[in-house]
Amino acid sequence: MSRPEHVAPPELFYGETEAEKYTRNSRIAAIQAEMTLRAVELLNLAEDRPHYLLDIGCGSGLSGEILDEDGHVWAGLDIAPSMLDIAIDKDVEGDLFLQDIGQGLGFRPGTFDGAISVSVLQWLCNADKAENRPRYRLQRFFSTLFMALQRGARAVFQFYPENDAQVELIMGIAMKCGFTGGLVVDYPNSKKARKFYLCLFAGQAPGGEKHELPQGLSGDGGAAGVAYTQARIQGAKRGKKARKPAKNSVEWILHKKELARKRGKEGVPLDSRYTGRKRKPRF
Amino acid sequence: MRLITHNMLKCHVKNCTDPDKQFPLRFKDAKLEQIEAERNDEFLVRMLPRIEWAALATTANELGIELPKEVPANPADDDAFLQGLHTAIMEMHVKEGSMLCKGCGHEYKIAKGIPNMLLAEHEI
Repeated sequence: MSRPEHVAPPELFYGETEAEKYTRNSRIAAIQAEMTLRAVELLNLAEDRPHYLLDIGCGSGLSGEILDEDGHVWAGLDIAPSMLDIAIDKDVEGDLFLQDIGQGLGFRPGTFDGAISVSVLQWLCNADKAENRPRYRLQRFFSTLFMALQRGARAVFQFYPENDAQVELIMGIAMKCGFTGGLVVDYPNSKKARKFYLCLFAGQAPGGEKHELPQGLSGDGGAAGVAYTQARIQGAKRGKKARKPAKNSVEWILHKKELARKRGKEGVPLDSRYTGRKRKPRF
Repeated sequence: MRLITHNMLKCHVKNCTDPDKQFPLRFKDAKLEQIEAERNDEFLVRMLPRIEWAALATTANELGIELPKEVPANPADDDAFLQGLHTAIMEMHVKEGSMLCKGCGHEYKIAKGIPNMLLAEHEI
C-alpha cells in the first residue's frame, strides 16, 4: 500500500480535495475518533475537570471535536491550510495555528497538561525539502515540546511507523530530549487493527505518582475497523447492481433506445406509454 | 486565537533567544471578536499561576480590554475579577492582524483567526 508521506509534503498532500475527502469520509472519521479517544485515555488525565491540551497535527479538527466534548481547552497545530479552513468552518473551539512542528514549538515552559497527536509523527521523518533534515527536525520538535509540557504531563502520539529503524530513530531522539516512556502497541496480532502509540512522559511531577507504561490492548479487537471495510465493499457491490435495470424491463428498454439514438441509429421507435408493456392475451 | 493562548506564545525563531524580548508578542492592527463561552471558575483559577499577569494586562490594555494591574489576593472568591478574566482570555478572539517579536522583528500574520507560525529557512 502506498504511504501518503511518500507522495508529497503534508501541506501539498492535504490540499483542498484531499482535505475535503479526509473530513467527509465517515470511515476515516470513525477511525480517527477511535484513535483520539484511545490517545486521551493514554494521557491519563485527572477526571472531571478541564485541562489545557495541545493537539499536534489537528487537521480539520476531527480530534479537536472530541476534546471539545470532554470540555478541555486546547490549541491545535497543523501545516495544511486547507485542513485548517475546514476546522474553521466547523467552528471548533480550540485555537488553531499554521505551523510546521519540525521548526519547533513556540510555547512558554510548562504550558500544557498534555499533548495528543494522531497520524502525524511519520511525516516528520520525511526529507521533502533541501533544508529538511529529519533528525534535526525531530530533535527540535521534541526538545521544544518537552519544554512546553508541565512536569509529569504526557504526550501520546498515534503514528504509522514505516519500519523498525524509524521507531528507533524517533524514540532515540525523544529520549535524548528528556522524555521517558515507550511504545504501546494495540492489537499486535491483528494486521488491520494494529495501532502504535508512542507514550512519552515529560519528567515527573513533584510528589506525583511514578509513571508506568500502559498495556496495549490485545485480541483482534479492531472488529469495528474491519467491519467498516466490509460494509464499504458490500455497499459498492450493491450500488453497482442497483444502477443496472433488469433485462427486458421498461427502464432497460428505454435505456437501450436512448443509447441507440445517441449512437445515431435511424428508425428507433418513439417512447410512449405503451413502451415495454405486455399485450393483453388475445384468446 | 484567544488571549490565553497568546499569553503562552513566544517567538520560536532559532536565534531569537533573549527571554525578555521574545515574549510577549505584540499585536499590530488586531481585529477582535467576542464569542461567548461557558465560564469555568476551577479552570481559570488553576490556570492563573501559568499566566504571566503583567504581560496579559499590558496586552489586554493595548487591545482595549480592562484588566486590573495586579491579581487580587483571593482570586477564587472574587466574582467580578473572574468574570473579567474569563471575558478577556476565553471569549476575546483575535481574528485579523499580526504579532510582532520585539527581539528579532519577525511578524506572525493572523488571518481568519489563524496565526501563521511558519518560519523562513534562515530562521530555523
